Amino acid sequence: MRVPVSWLADHVRVADPTELPSDPDEVAEAFVRVGLEVEDIHRGPELTGPLVVGRVAEIEELTEFKKPIRYCQVEFGPGLDGTPERRGIVCGAQNFAVGDLVVVAQPGAVLPGGFAISARKTYGHVSDGMIASARELGIGADHTGILVLPPGTAQPGDDAIPLLGLDDAVIELAVTPDRGYCFAVRGLARELAASLDVDFTDPATRVEVPREDASSWPVRIEDEVGAPRYVARRVSGVDPSAPTPWWMARRLLAAGMRPISLTVDVTNYVMLELGQPLHAFDATRLSGDIVVRRAKEGEKLTTLDDVERALDPDDLLITDDSGPIALAGVMGGASTEIPAVHGPGATVDVLIEAAHFDPAVIARAARRHKLPSEASKRFERSVDPQLPPIAAERAARLLVEHGGGTIVPGRTDVGAAPRLAPVRMPLELPDRTAGVSYERGATVRRLAQIGCAVELDTGPDGHGLVVASPPSWRPDLTAPADLVEEVLRLEGYETIPSTLPAAPAGRGLTPAQRRRRAVSRALAEAGHVEVEPFPFVGDAVWDAFGLDADDVRRRTVQVLNPIDAERPRLTTTLLPGLLDTLVRNRARGLEDLALYQIGQVVLPHAESVPMPDPGVTERPSDAEIAQINAALPAQPVHVGVVLAGDREPRGWWGPGRPASWADAIEAARLVGQAAGVELRVTRAELAPFHPGRVAALRVGDWVVGHAGELHPKVIEALGLPPRTSAMEIDLDALPLDERRPVPRVSPYPPISVDVALVTAGDVPAAEVADALTDGGGELLEEVRLFDVYTGEQVGEGRKSLAFSLRFRADDRTLTNEEANAARDAAVAVAAERHGAVLRG
Amino acid sequence: MSSAPADHDRPPALLAESALQQAVQAAEQAFAGAEDLAALAAIKPAHLGDKAPLQLARRELGSLPGPERADAGKRVNAARVRVQEAFDARREVLTAERDAKVLAEEAVDVTLPWDRRPRGARHPLTQISEQIADVFVAMGYEVAEGPEVEASWLNFDALNFGKDHPARTMQDTFYLGDPEKGQDSGMVLRTHTSPVQVRALLDRELPVYVVCPGRTFRTDELDATHTPVFHQVEGLAVDKGITMAHLKGTLDAFARAMFGEDSRTRLRPSFFPFTEPSAEVDVWFPEKKGGPGWVEWGGCGMVNPNVLRAAGIDPEVYSGFAFGMGLERTLQFRNGLPDMRDMVEGDVRFSRAFGV
Repeated sequence: MRVPVSWLADHVRVADPTELPSDPDEVAEAFVRVGLEVEDIHRGPELTGPLVVGRVAEIEELTEFKKPIRYCQVEFGPGLDGTPERRGIVCGAQNFAVGDLVVVAQPGAVLPGGFAISARKTYGHVSDGMIASARELGIGADHTGILVLPPGTAQPGDDAIPLLGLDDAVIELAVTPDRGYCFAVRGLARELAASLDVDFTDPATRVEVPREDASSWPVRIEDEVGAPRYVARRVSGVDPSAPTPWWMARRLLAAGMRPISLTVDVTNYVMLELGQPLHAFDATRLSGDIVVRRAKEGEKLTTLDDVERALDPDDLLITDDSGPIALAGVMGGASTEIPAVHGPGATVDVLIEAAHFDPAVIARAARRHKLPSEASKRFERSVDPQLPPIAAERAARLLVEHGGGTIVPGRTDVGAAPRLAPVRMPLELPDRTAGVSYERGATVRRLAQIGCAVELDTGPDGHGLVVASPPSWRPDLTAPADLVEEVLRLEGYETIPSTLPAAPAGRGLTPAQRRRRAVSRALAEAGHVEVEPFPFVGDAVWDAFGLDADDVRRRTVQVLNPIDAERPRLTTTLLPGLLDTLVRNRARGLEDLALYQIGQVVLPHAESVPMPDPGVTERPSDAEIAQINAALPAQPVHVGVVLAGDREPRGWWGPGRPASWADAIEAARLVGQAAGVELRVTRAELAPFHPGRVAALRVGDWVVGHAGELHPKVIEALGLPPRTSAMEIDLDALPLDERRPVPRVSPYPPISVDVALVTAGDVPAAEVADALTDGGGELLEEVRLFDVYTGEQVGEGRKSLAFSLRFRADDRTLTNEEANAARDAAVAVAAERHGAVLRG
Repeated sequence: MSSAPADHDRPPALLAESALQQAVQAAEQAFAGAEDLAALAAIKPAHLGDKAPLQLARRELGSLPGPERADAGKRVNAARVRVQEAFDARREVLTAERDAKVLAEEAVDVTLPWDRRPRGARHPLTQISEQIADVFVAMGYEVAEGPEVEASWLNFDALNFGKDHPARTMQDTFYLGDPEKGQDSGMVLRTHTSPVQVRALLDRELPVYVVCPGRTFRTDELDATHTPVFHQVEGLAVDKGITMAHLKGTLDAFARAMFGEDSRTRLRPSFFPFTEPSAEVDVWFPEKKGGPGWVEWGGCGMVNPNVLRAAGIDPEVYSGFAFGMGLERTLQFRNGLPDMRDMVEGDVRFSRAFGV
């Protein structure tokens, strides 16, 4: 909402005019204090005079140039000797005639943009100044012609600077959804007066609304929920070509609206002044009774913007015998519009609609038709239901005053303004909420200041109560907390002291939160960089991953209004985002990459569970809460890693070490270690991984993730570097073991024995190690693989695995005989399970 | 060779004072001439070994009568001490020379880079989120979390957003559909972390003091100051006797923890459906570009009694405050980051600047 300071000043009554701050910054500050956000302050354009009103006395058309040019004589009132001062001025515009009032920048003036005016010769004449357009003056965008002032606006020779309002700042405010009444000068001036603690003159009470017994047009409300009240007032014989008075045009311009025609401008002006959106029908184009009802299936309406709109049964309509004539509270229809072009001497018969519509109904319609109009913006935040007769009267009188015609006796006023219930509030609640002892009487005074009728009462417990009847424009005041806010904001938030509450002793982070931090830190310390890709994916990535049609990871939640139409789904794995980020880094010349992410993935259920929609006046039942959680998709926290390029860089020490499947598995084991879980690594096969280079990561037998090198086809499809490797673990699937068993640490010396075992080439080393562990018994402290050999010495299709076994006893120094016996037992199990043969 | 009886009457030549002096001098000269420890070691036997003149002279002592023997013994010993001292001194010098030489030879170019271990980093959003959590955990709060795909009821209804209230469209929501039907499912991508507050009120025993960091979503196009996926942290305290002064005190403490001891907050009246009264929070930021000043930080207010009711809490008995900030925005002004896109694009150069 843009509002000129001068317009506000009309309604803020100060004993001494200097009480209204002259500095627009201070006015803005006063608004901010009471909760209106200032988006901008538009000061008058940078401009210096002489800028003078002139009357065009003569026009000489110059035709010898490429475009029509006029050489004009412009009068500037009587000079010192009584004869009018005249100047000859060359002008390229055509939109004016002899006798018109124009604004002339005389030599010496500097227009916005540093445009200095001087007398200069052009088109064969000396131009002694410039006739200005609205844009040249910095007061509007209109440059289709020069600015022609309505007759009688000023006298030739008058200073044009105050007339144009060039010294008037415009404040642009953001209005929060609970303060619909602030979409008007009426509401803003009230807030400003309250903030400055000065009196306020309500522009609504200045309008005298005569009693009328007859109606002005038959109107029937068929939907009282959508349209509680409908007022109509009729003005006949209005001159449609009558100009809008300059003061009105100027305020519309300042408010960011374009003056169009007197009837449109008057309805807009009254809306800006009072907050009541109005609509002007051409009464001669109406047929039969006006009926306010919802749309019927299949109905259509061509709105003022010449768009034919298919109507929804929820749309509220103004209709007559011809069908829909307006989308209530949103936009009028083309068929009953007051025509823009008229024959000479023609008059129009205007029916002014001032209605009260239900905020939710209008909000839905505006959203549905994507028509956020000035009217809908106000209706959906609620408009004062007492305004319709006042606003209609105000508009009717302005029309008569500036367009001629007469107000037709009678006023239609059907339905009724909804009544607001009084709010009862403990007298001390504002003090108790703020933690402040306000001055005695502050609460009552502040509530009266915003327009409440306030009474005091005593509650059953003997405590004082405030009974506040909200004014008609404040339907947002429904509960004690709403009244509290009014008192606190007007008393000033800056008076609230700063005190810390005494929170009870907390329990610190949960084990899962500590684990997540530990995992993140471990990965970062091991050289991985954390990234935060978006969770949005498209089906294309699953195809690139080579997922089967029925792969569970393809079952995703769909975003109905995605930012990127190619990626309308929520990912079920962290890998697509990580690989995207990898590619982006590569494109920026960063080649050696180890990235990780910790975040939720979204796994919808196979069968969707209906989402309940409990009420809000009490706690939902435990069953409803359980069902809400059951209806939501599973959203476990995953950790993912991708690696490419060198894991250890090349340098003066030698070549680098390329990242591989082994680094991906190592990252997984690191995560397990940080989480306090020993992950078992077993062979697996899973897209998008290389079938021979991927491991399942298990806790016990439970698979919690996979790690390995990506499939060459996936690497090709996604444009990844060769051998890109990846890992992903469901962190929530790892058991949280708070009390890990602590091993006994034996002080006795160990005995280490090396064994080389020859097995078939496809036996996993981890399983041989497991066999040794199982066979080695209690004395075996550690099994460590230190060499893998394939070649002639062990034979085709076989390999030799060299393990170092460390034996130790808890209670004594071990003998070589004991160690050897344990070794033989270990080897025996490996031989039995995997056919391992001790290499000679 | 002299005859044995004649030998018996005179001291042997080796024990002569002149011979002893000569042996000492010879040794001193030889040691001084040794160029290094090896040379010194090579000549040591000649002067201090079993065949050295002084050692041979010592053997002669037994042939002397008692009184003379004592005197000669003293002289031989004195000479030997001198030789040993000369040796030790020389060895010390040569050892120092040797050590200095070895160290000089072992010198390397310490400016050679040894960056063999790639540097990892945690995302600055993770770091600031943990920092904030720690500040509040220290005040006795607990960290609450919730799902990103959330029930509309928790994201809106329970937070006093009416079904058709314009505030619902204030937060440009990502709506979610059932994968099969593609219909509105009663679920949204949470537009704020406030549903976690409702969950905390539903799940926890009173009083509740929680801080809720998390990822949130709104349909903003990505640019220098907006991102459709961003992070918030919210705080909630519901207890008996909670006032707006407590809110102010908590925000001030939070601001000091984040921006230094000189920081503080300012409240401006505003509107949020879930708080009443509501306020915008500005923070006094001493390191603001162009000089200390107020920076818009977040929103806050007293928990709307309707929110307490929807969670089954009696607003006559309990009151509470809530506040929320954007983490990207906080990072942006605290660390002077000009472009929010750096936080989402995942360029490793960006995260590495923030370390682990």
